[in-house]
Formats: sequence, structure tokens, C-alpha cells
Amino acid sequence: MPSRFDAVVIGAGANGLTAAATLAKHGQQVLLVDGANALTPRSRALEFAPGFRCAPLMVDAGWAPPAVLRELGINAPSAVVPRYSVSVAQPGMTLALANDSAAAADAIRSHSTHDGDEWAVFVTRLRAMSGFLESLYQLPAPDIDTTKLGEIMPLVGAGRKFRALGRAGMMEMLRVLPMPARDYLEDEFQSEVVRAAVGAGAVRDMRQGPRSGGTMFNLLHYLTGAPGGSVRARAWWQDGPDAFTRAAEGVTRARGVTIRTGHAAVRVLVRDHAVSGVVLDDADEIFASTVVSTVDPAHTLLHLVDPVWLDPQFIRAVRNIRFRGCTAFVQYAVDKLPDLPGLDGVVTLTGDLTSLERAYDAAKYGRMSERPHVELTATTLRWPSHAPQGKHVVVARVQYVPYEAGISEDALAGAVTSAIAGVVPGFPSTVLHHAVITPEQLERNYGLAEGAVTHGELALDQVLFMRPVPGFARHAMPIRGLYLGGAGAHPGPGVLGMAGLLAAKAVLR
Amino acid sequence: MNFVRVLRATPFHARTAPLVRAQTWRRWAGYQVASAYEPHPDREYAAIRNAAGLIDVSPLHKYLIGGPHAARLLDRMVTRDVTRCELGQVLYTPWCDGDGKVLDDGTISRLDSRTYRLTSAEPNLRWLHMNAVGLDVTIDDVSAQTAALALQGPNSRAILQALGANVGNLQYFRLTHTNVRDIPLTISRTGYTGDLGYELWVRADDAVRLWDALIEAGTAYGIVPAGIWALDLARIEAGLIMLDVDYFSAPRAIIPDQKSSPFEINLGWAVSTSKGPFNGQRALDAERARAQQWAFVGLEIKWDSLERLFAERSLAPQLPTVAWRTSAPVYSGDHQVGYATSGCWSPLLKKYLALAHIQAPHFGVGSRLQMEITVEHRRKRADAVVRKLPFFDPERKRA
Amino acid sequence: MSAARYDAIVIGGGHNGLVAAAYLARAGKKTVVLERRHVLGGAAVTEEIFPGFKFSVFSYVVSLLRPEIIRDLDLPRHGLQILPLESTVTPMDNGDYLAAWGDADESRFELERHSPHDAEAMVEFGRLMHHMAMAVKPILGMLPPDPASLSPSDLKGLLKLGGHFRSLGAERFHALHKLMTMSSADYLDEWFEFDTLKATKSASGIIGTFLGPRSPGSAYVLLHHYMGEIDGAFRAWGFQRGGTGAISNAIASAARALGAEIRTEAAVERVTVSGGRATGVALANGDELSAPIVVSSLDPRRTFLDLVDPKALPADLVTDVRRYKFRGSSGKVNLALSGLPDFTCMPGVGPHLRGAVSISPSVEYLERAYDDAKYGEFSRHPYMDIVIPSMIDPGMAPPGKHVMSIFVQYAPFQINGGWDDAKRDAFGNAVIDTVSRYAPNLKSLILHKQVITPADIERITGLSEGNIFAGELALQQLFFLRPSAQWAKYATPIDGYWQCGSGTHPGGGIMGAPGRLAAQQILKAAR
Repeated sequence: MPSRFDAVVIGAGANGLTAAATLAKHGQQVLLVDGANALTPRSRALEFAPGFRCAPLMVDAGWAPPAVLRELGINAPSAVVPRYSVSVAQPGMTLALANDSAAAADAIRSHSTHDGDEWAVFVTRLRAMSGFLESLYQLPAPDIDTTKLGEIMPLVGAGRKFRALGRAGMMEMLRVLPMPARDYLEDEFQSEVVRAAVGAGAVRDMRQGPRSGGTMFNLLHYLTGAPGGSVRARAWWQDGPDAFTRAAEGVTRARGVTIRTGHAAVRVLVRDHAVSGVVLDDADEIFASTVVSTVDPAHTLLHLVDPVWLDPQFIRAVRNIRFRGCTAFVQYAVDKLPDLPGLDGVVTLTGDLTSLERAYDAAKYGRMSERPHVELTATTLRWPSHAPQGKHVVVARVQYVPYEAGISEDALAGAVTSAIAGVVPGFPSTVLHHAVITPEQLERNYGLAEGAVTHGELALDQVLFMRPVPGFARHAMPIRGLYLGGAGAHPGPGVLGMAGLLAAKAVLR
Repeated sequence: MNFVRVLRATPFHARTAPLVRAQTWRRWAGYQVASAYEPHPDREYAAIRNAAGLIDVSPLHKYLIGGPHAARLLDRMVTRDVTRCELGQVLYTPWCDGDGKVLDDGTISRLDSRTYRLTSAEPNLRWLHMNAVGLDVTIDDVSAQTAALALQGPNSRAILQALGANVGNLQYFRLTHTNVRDIPLTISRTGYTGDLGYELWVRADDAVRLWDALIEAGTAYGIVPAGIWALDLARIEAGLIMLDVDYFSAPRAIIPDQKSSPFEINLGWAVSTSKGPFNGQRALDAERARAQQWAFVGLEIKWDSLERLFAERSLAPQLPTVAWRTSAPVYSGDHQVGYATSGCWSPLLKKYLALAHIQAPHFGVGSRLQMEITVEHRRKRADAVVRKLPFFDPERKRA
Repeated sequence: MSAARYDAIVIGGGHNGLVAAAYLARAGKKTVVLERRHVLGGAAVTEEIFPGFKFSVFSYVVSLLRPEIIRDLDLPRHGLQILPLESTVTPMDNGDYLAAWGDADESRFELERHSPHDAEAMVEFGRLMHHMAMAVKPILGMLPPDPASLSPSDLKGLLKLGGHFRSLGAERFHALHKLMTMSSADYLDEWFEFDTLKATKSASGIIGTFLGPRSPGSAYVLLHHYMGEIDGAFRAWGFQRGGTGAISNAIASAARALGAEIRTEAAVERVTVSGGRATGVALANGDELSAPIVVSSLDPRRTFLDLVDPKALPADLVTDVRRYKFRGSSGKVNLALSGLPDFTCMPGVGPHLRGAVSISPSVEYLERAYDDAKYGEFSRHPYMDIVIPSMIDPGMAPPGKHVMSIFVQYAPFQINGGWDDAKRDAFGNAVIDTVSRYAPNLKSLILHKQVITPADIERITGLSEGNIFAGELALQQLFFLRPSAQWAKYATPIDGYWQCGSGTHPGGGIMGAPGRLAAQQILKAAR
């Protein structure tokens, strides 16, 4: 194996694979390294109890943008649209919102005729706005100093997309982006349960409550690529949670990328303000003048690189990135599924925005919510092979579990199980095993700074041209040859391979 | 509660305060210091050049940097190569932001194998910490605990020797740890006057005793407490730059034009071309490769011209016997090509001197320019010539 | 009865209405201002609530009044005189205090006592805020262009705006973006470590809003308050001599000198409209006045839903106004005192009594105060900004006695069970009890007290839901969205009917900019 490459890509997730494949396609000798023993550790279903497997971070498959599929030369993995985009379950009451907006409207009418009547228009408007984000996300982030013609021309296209929203749509987009979800949803709907159904998506993975400005942006972000009519769930992949990454891996291998797993990069070497290679944890030195890191910005810039090569003001900006992980998971092996509709999609157990806000309050003071916000998905309804015959896996996504609260596994599991039992009283007796993933474990096992699955909170000051830090949104870092291509870079989490693709394009420019 | 002291007193205040006969106080970094002790600074200046002036420079900010990465921290921060700083050596150096614009200037003293002292005009504790990310260092602000005196002038060595300090072999920009009358102190052969001189670093608790010892031993050698006015005359003659007067710290600048690179303030010599990475390195390398746009030079205002301009109003030339710190436009023909930021009548050289920022191509030594002066409420332009800095550079400074 | 005829009628004698009237009169328009109350000023009034004790009843400090208005209307000649308010002292729970004084060195040493790091960071922070205020200043004086429009004037406006942002450079543009979108606590976390400092600074990010220090969007309000300008110097807050009502009176005096007529106790019932054109107003007493120009300085809800028939307006405008957020969150307690309060952290009479005392010991204290309000209660331990105007302007109280003004947050307009006398008393007691924790002798000094809830603010001044900014200063309610997309340029869908209150760009505070910009637009349209 040669110890000299044109480029080293760190981290073999969707972004790393896409970056490596893109560089290889343009004739570069590429080495892809990952500290895990297998590729794409986050998307792989791992056994958490004998016979039960789960990939909790891939309950939402994310969006595989056309630009990435085109670059990889693959088709989108075959996908199944769940019947319901989101359901709310409360003691004695459920509201399942179908992706079919007429059916959803009918269900809503039993709570509020007004809301049922508004539903179709509402989902169409949301999708139009997230559709604009889709076009923006497939381009380098525009910035105030964007002046190069080559950067402006694609933006003209995005500008046209913006104008295509129509006069009212454009104003609506500008009005909605900074808004708190609660204000927007209270303007739109009368029924608390409808507001809560939509609002849960707006606080996903944020340390913010529905009253916080910018949560509408978060909602729209995670609606990119969602099926029409959905306010939450995206399609899932028939061939498993790692269907996309497996396809990308195939392309990467076919294009001759050298892959080394089980060895983490521990140092990016720099000489004369330019990248000269990487050191792996077995002390192996690899020479390369380009490094694309898809691990989070803090790890890349504060640990992999000797900070003396960076301007202290830049370091300060990196240290100011708010990660603030607050999402945890409990994976349940059960012998019987709870009797809830829409379990192949997202079932939220929070029935009103005030409860959601109260769940957030504790996190402001660094403590776990007394009544956490819990969302359930039965992944074995999608992939029956992930559990023994007749048994099931139910994943609970839990907010708010602040990273610094240092919550114990038992306390977390107890709180979540009792929250579920509040809605599904018989649930605890069906549990065969459970396995907890706290933010601390997310940091330790997946290398996510502060356990943030977002690689940096999707707050308005940390997206687009502000991601990962202001002035460096176009993937090139201040050290020549160093690029960021992970979810911490534009366009952020859940947009599969796009940051990697944009980083690779920045390399090739 | 009604009368709260706004300004701080230096550790020498008990001795200096009674000496300030005309209440000529000023602020320096929030401290109350003497502009002059006597009503006029003439004698204080004369002592610096002919005997010894004793100047309270305690308001300087002082930091102790220790730990295994102390040298790395300073080296990545400043423009000179700190890794080559020997034990007992003192480096004068500027430091820059990422764009190569000067933040501050000061000295780095290597006190022992792992400990350095940084002095600066502005507070730099936060900046040190920002630079120390990922490094194993300790940073202590010892400004308040450390008193500092500058003993400057041809007799300064003799005075220290009279006190038993072994400074006979102390080289220029070197330091030594010693005891004077059981007071532990550090003496560095440094200063801000361009003359033979020393700076004395002592625990604040010992400050008054040290002062008394110096006055007692120095009286026979003509020691005179000197204030900032005298110091200012000396530093202009020595061509030494002053923060907030001759240039602004980059973060304080309101517009980019108010920032300066080391090259633009005559400190290009202090920008190492061979050292490891430091803040602003890339910008400074690029700047070095370009033709220099601005320079910081000495101006000598021609006496004939002054005399003529004042004679037009039937006046004898009026001379700034205390240094001015305003801004005076400098012209070449009809075009403004720069501005002077400090100036004074040099009692020693008998010349009107100024320090000025001049644009290319007008900054070459010997270049003939005009500086604006005011004669009886009217703006005039006096002839001026670019001179090599320092204006005054006695051999005894280094010998 | 034939209607009295004017060129322009201004509804509401608040400072913006008066400014608009003054500019209209200056341009030769025969202008009348109609004020419902017996005093002018709206929320900027001085009233002798108790014999001998004068209060700036609502708005109590000034810094934002646009200098061009001061110059154009020659307000100093008409009585404008701003007295300095230089210090802010925050008592801490451990008995210590944090002070910011008028002198830079003194403030630096004081902060250094708590955090040398922060004392250093403050220099850079202050510079940045200065830059940010400079960056926003031109926008305050700019007519908001419509980003969805392709009309030449809007495109020109957008280009101008784009050019302005580009001229800031990337670094300052990004810094501005942060200020516009972040929470003040997060923003300050990037700079400082000392909690009481962050709390006191972030307090100015929550004033008048229904946001907590951790709510995104509060950093902008922080900047809004940083923009204070007196005689061209940024960030200087002061007292008007004679209270804020004297500012209103100065503007009124200037307007009268320019020929405007000003009537008090002249409540407007509705705007008369004929054939889609405003023709005048009908007063509550049955009188009618006619004019081709009618300007409402009232807030958007009153302007569009009360004064005219909403059915005559486009549905989307009515929707926008209905969902426009007011949510008053502040109250006021005005005290007449027999002597001076003795603060435990700074005993005796000292310079701190000539400045502001901020009850903001920690960010968590403020956030918890917000939590109470979120769920429909007034804060048990509220944020308070306390000033004693009689220390600076002795005319406000009888000799030896004092007036204390306590601005209180949060007191939500929508309080559980609604506001009534008992709740007002409980609120007033919570305020006085909390201040007494820091100044134990306060209760023994109180001669009279006036407690003002958001419901009172609404009732007395007419500001909907008692919002002191005539609508929240949230990003989605600013600039070309204030108060409604397409109607952010002071015009309304009814010809001849205009808006000029704080509910329009650039918003609230005693700034006067909406009144001036509106008058300019009206005069341009009339040409």
C-alpha cells in the first residue's frame, strides 16, 4: 500500500464515501480512513440484544439529494413511504397524520374542522419552502462576498426557485424562517394536538423549545426530501437503514479508493500552512496534500490539527460552535408491539406544545426533562429481520437529555419507559431488553462532539454561510488543503453525502 | 462611598506623590503617574541624557508564562523567533492578528528554562489564553504584584554598581537576577530612552525600599526622578514607537486604515523569516513580497523654514518643548503623502523632530517633504527631511 | 354641521404622531394632531401622579431619539435637555455588586475585579457593538424595500441594501447575522464568562419583548438598545429634564411653532372613507374633521382593525395584522419616596443612585423570570431596571424627597385569570419585596406607589396588549415585515390613509424615526 495519496478522506459515512468517490472519479488517488472497524458505523444496524439489531441514528433515512446520486451514478435506493408522516399518541387518544393530505385532513377534523380545512394548504406551503431549501442545499452556501461568476450563476438558479415561490410565498419564506414554531403553528391551527404533531419536528435535535426563534427553519430543514404531504417522516429504505451507504461504498470501491477501517486519523500534518498528510492511530504516516474531514468541526480543527497553525480568532469561532447534544435513544427489544398507529413512522408521545416547552425548560438549566419528549418508531415493521420471528424493536428518541447532565443509563431508561407506560400502560411488561445511548455515549462511540448528532446545532446562526463558522462555509479551511465535508459543514445533517460532495468539488476547483 | 478612587496608584506612589510639585499627573493604563515631578521637565530630561533618570513604569502589563509549552505559546504569538531566546535574554517584539496587523508590542524575557515574562502596553491575558488553546502552559497576570522602574542614563550602571549589583558585564537586552540590600530583583538592560539604561523588576511589596535605595545611592551620581514628559522626549529622539500615539492596536481600529503592519511602523526587522508558524505569518510573508506602501520614519523640520514662517508674523520660532501627540499632515508638493504622530524640540540635538507615517515613494532617507504647522492661528507648511532612525544613538547604549 | 377642513390629520399624540405632524406642518400642510388623553406623549408622558411627585409614567429613559429629528425640529430650543445617566450597578446575591461607570478605566478595573478576561473582552466587544450600531444605523433611516417586488424603486432599494451589507465586509456582516438570530445569552457566552455581567447585558435584550435571555432573537433587541445616540455619541442613555413627557412637549412645541394644531381630549372614533379614499375622521364626541391625508400613529391593530372597517382591507393584510404579535411583557412601579434607598451592596448615598440599578444577578435568574411568564404568571422575582430621576433632576420631587421608577419584566398581558386589582397588588408587592432584598429600607420610605400592568398600559395609552414597542421586535416583525409584507412603507390600502407609529419600521423606543420616515413618504406621494 503506498503511503502517499493525493487525498485522505477521514470518516467513512455518507459524506466521506461521497467525497472519496467524487475525488476518485476525477483521477485522484484517495485513501478513506475510519476509526471504526467497519464502514459507515452510524448507518449499520448493530446488535444491542441477542437477536435484536438497530441503527437508531438512521431511523430517519435522511435525504439523498439528486446532485449526490448523479455524482455517484446510482439510483436512489428503493424507498417505502410510510402511510403516516407523524402520529400523536396520548392516553386514550391518537391522531395519525397520513401523508395523504386528504386523509390527514379528515383525521384532523375530528379535533378541529378549521384545522382540517387548512391542512392541505399548509402542507403544500411547507413543502414549497423546504423545496427551496433543497435547491439551495445542492450548491455551495452563498455569502455576502460571493462575487465569482462561477458561484453566482448557480445562485441565479436558486434565485429563480425563490421567485417561483410567488410573491406571497417569498414573503412567507422570509417571515417563517426565523419564527418560533409555536407562533407559526398557533397562527395556523386551533387544535393543540395538531400543533404538537408538527411542532415536535421543529425541535428535533435542538436545545430549543417550540417558543424559540428559528425552530421553523429546523422543521423545514428536516423536511427536505420528504414525500409530499409529510410534515415529518421521510421514506425509509427497503434494503435496510444502510442502503444508501452500501450503494455509495460500492461506487467508492469500484472507483479504486483505498479503504482502511479500524484506524482513526489522530493528526493532520501541516507544513508551511498547508496539509502534508495524516497520522493514523497505529502511528502510520500517510503523505497527502489534501485532507477532507467528515468528522465534526471541533474534533477536526481543535484535535486533529496542531492549533498553532490556526488564527486564534478562528479557533475562538470553532470553540463557539454550539453542539449541545440533547438527544438520547433507548432501544427496546419487545415481544409485542404497542398498539399505536403509524409505528413504522414517527409516533410522538407529546400532545401539546406547552408540554414540549416544559420538557425543554429543564435543559436550559443543564438538567434532563422530568417529562421528556419521546418519539417511537418500530424499526422491525420496516426490516423484520432485525428481530427474531414475532418479536420487535422499538426505538425511542428522547429529548431533552443535555450532554452535560451526565444522566445515567438506568435513570434515562427508567424515565423513558415510564413515559411510554403513561400512554401504553402494558408496555414495560413487553420489554425483553433495552439498550441506552446517552449523549456521552454518542460522543464516545460515534465521535460526536458533546453527543450532538447534528455536528452543530441547526440554529439560524449556524446554518448556510455561517456553517461551520462564519466565513468558511465553502468547505475550505484556513489551512491549505484541509476541507470539512461532514454534517458540521453546509448543508448539515440529514442531507446524505451533500457536504462531502461540496467539499470534494471545492478540492477540485 | 462618595469618593471612590478612579485611578490606581502604583507601588511607588508613596514616594512619587510628594514629588509632583505642580500636580502634573496623567493617566497611564488606568494608573496615576507623573507627567513631570518638577513644573517643567527640562531637568528630568537632562538627567536621562547626562546622569540618570528614574522612571516609574509599573503600569506596564506583565505576565508570567510557564510550563512545557511556554516558548511555543509565545513563539506562535509574536513575530520574532522565541525558540532562539536564550536564558537571560530579552526580546523586543510586536505581535499581530491573523491579518498581520499589529496588536501590541512589548518585551519577552526568559527568566529561566521554562518561564518567560511578557510585558505589554495593553492587557493581553485573554489574547494569551486564546493563543494557548491546545498548549500545556500556565499564564499569570503579575501586573499588580510586580513593580517596575526604569533607570536610564549614562550613570545608571554606576548607580547599580554602587548598590552592589553585578551589572558590569550585563549585555544589551540581557537580564540578571540579583539582590540589592536584601531586595530580590531582576535587572534587564532595556529601556525606552535609547540610552544606556536598565529596567528593574521587583515585588510590589519591596517597591518603596528599592526606590529609597536607588535615590540614596544615586544622589551622588545625579539621579533624578523623571516623568512621562521627559521620557517622551527621549523616546522620540530614540525613534521608538508608542501604542495609541503612533499606531493603534488592530482591535481598537474603527476602519482598516487605522491598522498597521510591523513593516509600516518600522518593525519589519522584528518579523522573522525563518521561524515556525505565528499569527499573521502568511499575511506578512505576502506583504514582504510586495513593494512597501507605508513607512514609519523620522522627520527633521528645517530650522530655516521654521524661522521664515514665524518671521512672516514677526515672531521667533515657537518650539514644542513638551512632545506633542496629535496628527500633523505631511505633504510632498500639493499632495498629502502622510502624517506625523509625535514631535518635539530635541534639547540635545537642537532640532525639531517628528515621527511620521509616509507613503511610498516618499519615505526614503533624505526625501524632502513639508509638515503642517500652525503659526499664529494659520496653517503653514514647514520644510522637512526624512532622517534615519534613531535620531540619537549613543554608543554607550550597547557598550 | 360642516366638517373642519385640514390638509392632514394625525391620529394620536404620541412622539411619532407629533414628529410626523411637525414634518407635515414644516412642509406647509395644515395639520392637526388628535390625542385621546388630556396629556400628549402616548407612552412618553410626565404626570404628577401624587402631589409634588412627577413621574415619567411609562417610558423613562431616552437614547434612541434620532439626531436628525433633534436638528430638523430644533428640539433643544423647545425644551429638549438630556441629563446623563452614566452608571449601571447590579447587586449580586453574594452581597457584592457589578458596576459599569462612565469612566472607561474605572469600569475596566471594576470588571477586572470579577473577571480579567471579561475586562479585556469588553474592549473588543464594545468596538464590535459600535460597528454593529453603525451598520444598522443607515437601515433605520431607510425605507424598507420589498424583497419580493420587481418594481424599479424596490430593486433600487434592494441593491442599496445589498450594497450596504457588502460594504460592511464579510466579517461584520456575519457578526450582524449573529446578532439578528442568536439569543443574547448565547451571544454573550461567546464573549464573556462572568455570569452577572452576562445577565446585566442580556437584560437589555429582553426589555419589552416576550423573550428570555436564552430565546433566539433577543440579541437583536440588545443591539436595538445599544443604538442609543445622544449628540452623535453611541450608547449613552439619559433622562429628559422634566421626564419623558417633556420630550413629547418639546416635539409638540416645535410642531405648533411650525403651524400644526394639537388637540387633546379628542378621541378619534373612526377614519371616514369614501370610494376607497380616506376623507377624514369622526371623533367620539360626534365631530367630524376632513382631510385628504389621515395618518395613524396608533399600533397596527388599532390602525387596521379598529379605526377602519377591516372588510375594506385586503384579506392578507388583515391576516397579517391579526397574527402580529404584541404580547406586552413589562410593567412599571412608580414610587414616591421620603428618602433614598440604602442598597446593601453599596451602602449610603453614592454615585450609583444617579444611575441605574439593575436587578439581574444571573442569567438563570432572568430565564426563570421568563419561565413564570411563559406559563401565564408574572415573575415572582422579576428583572428590574431601577432609576431615581429626582437624583439628577430635582424638579421631579419635593425637596429631600424622591421618585423611583422601576421597570419590571415579566408581567405578561395574558395572565392566568386576567389582570384585576388583586393581581395588580400582588404584582406590586412582588416587585417591592424583591427590590427590598437588595435595599431593605425601601418599604419604610414609600409614601405612594403606582403599579402599572400591561393591561393598564393598554387601557391608558391604547398600546395593544400593553406592548411598549407597539409590536414585538422579532425578526419576523421587522423591516419589510413591519407590520405586514407589502405595507411596510407607511402607506395603507386605503388611499390617503397612512401609518406612522412604532408598529412600523424601524420600531419602538423614543426614536421618532417612523414618524419622520412616514411624513417623508406622505409628502413624496403628495407631490
